[in-house]
Amino acid sequence: MKISGAKIVVETLIEQGCDTIFCYPGGQVIDLFDELYTARDRIKQILSAHEQGAAHAADGYARATGKVGVVIATSGPGATNLVTGIATAALDSVPMVAITGNVPCELIGRDSFQEVDIVGVTMPITKHNFIVKDISELADTLRTAFKIAKSGRPGPVLVDIPKDVQTALFEFEANPQPVIPYPITFASEEKLKKAAEMINNAERPYIYFGGGVISGKASAQIIALSEQIDAPMGCSLMGLSAVPCDHPKFLGMQGMHGHYASSIAEDEADLVIALGARFSDRATGNKSRYAKHFSIIHIDIDGAELHKNINADLAIRGDIRDAAERLIAMTEEKKRPQWTQRIEELKKEEAARTASARKTKSGFLHPYDIVDIISAHAGEDTIIATDVGQHQMWTAQRYPLKKPRTFLTSGGLGTMGYGLGAAVGACAATGRRAVLFTGDGSFGMNLNELATAVSQQTPVTIVIMNNGVLGMVRQWQTLFFDKHYSCTTFNRKTDFVKLAEAFGAEGGRAATNEELEKLAERAFACDGPFVIDCTVDCDEFVLPMLPPEGSVDDIITEIK
Amino acid sequence: MDQYVIGVIVANVSGVLSRVSGMFTRRGFNIDSLTVGETESSGFSRITIAFHGDEDIKERILQQLQKLHDVREVEVLDSKDTVIRELLLIKVRNKTEIRQDIMTAVEIFRSKIVDYSPTALVCELTGETSKIDAFIQLLKPYGIMEMRRTGIVAIERGENCLKTVK
Repeated sequence: MKISGAKIVVETLIEQGCDTIFCYPGGQVIDLFDELYTARDRIKQILSAHEQGAAHAADGYARATGKVGVVIATSGPGATNLVTGIATAALDSVPMVAITGNVPCELIGRDSFQEVDIVGVTMPITKHNFIVKDISELADTLRTAFKIAKSGRPGPVLVDIPKDVQTALFEFEANPQPVIPYPITFASEEKLKKAAEMINNAERPYIYFGGGVISGKASAQIIALSEQIDAPMGCSLMGLSAVPCDHPKFLGMQGMHGHYASSIAEDEADLVIALGARFSDRATGNKSRYAKHFSIIHIDIDGAELHKNINADLAIRGDIRDAAERLIAMTEEKKRPQWTQRIEELKKEEAARTASARKTKSGFLHPYDIVDIISAHAGEDTIIATDVGQHQMWTAQRYPLKKPRTFLTSGGLGTMGYGLGAAVGACAATGRRAVLFTGDGSFGMNLNELATAVSQQTPVTIVIMNNGVLGMVRQWQTLFFDKHYSCTTFNRKTDFVKLAEAFGAEGGRAATNEELEKLAERAFACDGPFVIDCTVDCDEFVLPMLPPEGSVDDIITEIK
Repeated sequence: MDQYVIGVIVANVSGVLSRVSGMFTRRGFNIDSLTVGETESSGFSRITIAFHGDEDIKERILQQLQKLHDVREVEVLDSKDTVIRELLLIKVRNKTEIRQDIMTAVEIFRSKIVDYSPTALVCELTGETSKIDAFIQLLKPYGIMEMRRTGIVAIERGENCLKTVK
């Protein structure tokens, strides 16, 4: 039977297992939304306040579940508003399909109303993108989009569909099941043998893992490998939540604002085993200093990551879970008591340094106390989202994450305003509670999504670490720019509690731990969004810190 | 820095040239020359790219190209086993006092004069890049009015073929 292109889109989405879309309608997708209306019992539709929020929601949906997130927007400004959301997903390897409408084929290229070349715009920030000008290719193009998004190293794919393709009629037959990803590459036996040999000969091995462990479902294997070879584990920001934070071998995030023990242990290692991580500049600091003392084994599903940022001594392309499993079989079970003892010393040293760096300031909440109090109310399954800045690093350092896919943060792109949309998406996907840790700067970027959270009754506790400044930039200005606080002091009079109420949410303000305790109780009993405005000192620092282009030699653990 | 020549088989779809050239721009690699044309099978085009770089840059370029969905095959062409050609069209003044010199150069380089007017001559030359460069150098003192070079196309000697199916 012939059906419209719009209906083909909806039927293909359902065929591909998409149960929820995040969207914002407009003129060039009105036909598509008409079909979505008809299918509203088969596919959940969440209307955002702004297309960027919808893109972040699709991203949050994908990160929380591992499934492909879908966002739909109209042509022109609708499409360009997706750009930051797509780039965020691209940098963090999140599977996403973005569908945009466009003007009818005949009007393309004439600067028609709300026309933009979104395929051209998004080419460098998608894994691939398409414009479908022939309805006979529509269903298969969408299928390919899903296939690309979830294959290998995941990422976003955009499909642009002109209006006349949505209204044209064509034969459609649904496939019985979603597309399967392209075959994965498995690590070569020879190279793994070499890796095992290097590991067996190492005195101080250190495992550095990234987000690939989460998308590659390799948490158990990484832990088993770490235990077998008696190696401590550290991770990049994207790796957080892959391994329970209280695992004795886990030292936490390394790098610019990483844990002291994690960064120092890595530097003292003689072998770094990098798994599903890409040696981002934030994780390594100065690259010429970074790998001075150790050899590197680098295993990644994406061949283009090997030797991209760091020249590894042994680079292996392959599925991370399979590679880790085979390494476990190939390596010797071995205790390395001296190394372990050194790690324990570093942990103690870290605790002492953290305690010493902490200043008590009355009238302000300490960021770590905020994280501790909130986490005491949250469950292990609670989704933790963040925005970007100081609050993000404090959360990354302190929050006791236990399960993979519970931590949503914009690592690669560093997108302020990411978190609220992501939390909405993750809650819609899982039906679980969420906490958003944000700052007054980041929250201001996309707080309009509070409207979405209210309309969706999203059970999200929004914790604003409110210091009246753009804290991370201010921290740099304090340390490296002679306290020239250029454009980082807000002088705003925004009342976040009233703002929450204005949006139809609840809220409260806390300046002491007791006040925060009470609010947290109310927030976690609340069915919808609850805003907690936490008063934080503007000169609270994120520590430790490796200065930009610096290394562990320059680590700052305390500001006198 | 060495020069590398790579052959890239791509799906013959709209936007593919943007994707390939855009990858070079985005990753900060420089292209010396790029040519694109049909292959023996209509669904695929072949792009020949020449660039300067070290082994490291070459590897990164190959890896990044292989990640592009429309790219089917990428291969570094070994200059010893590859026929490399470039086409030059060059226009010089047709003046009595230099005409004979130009004719001699044309003859020695096995170039051809493909347009002759009272004021200008157009020469055509095919060959490897070094030969084209030498010919241009030779004509420079006589005053080059305009020139076009195609960039290189290349094909391997013997039985080796760049496959067109991924």
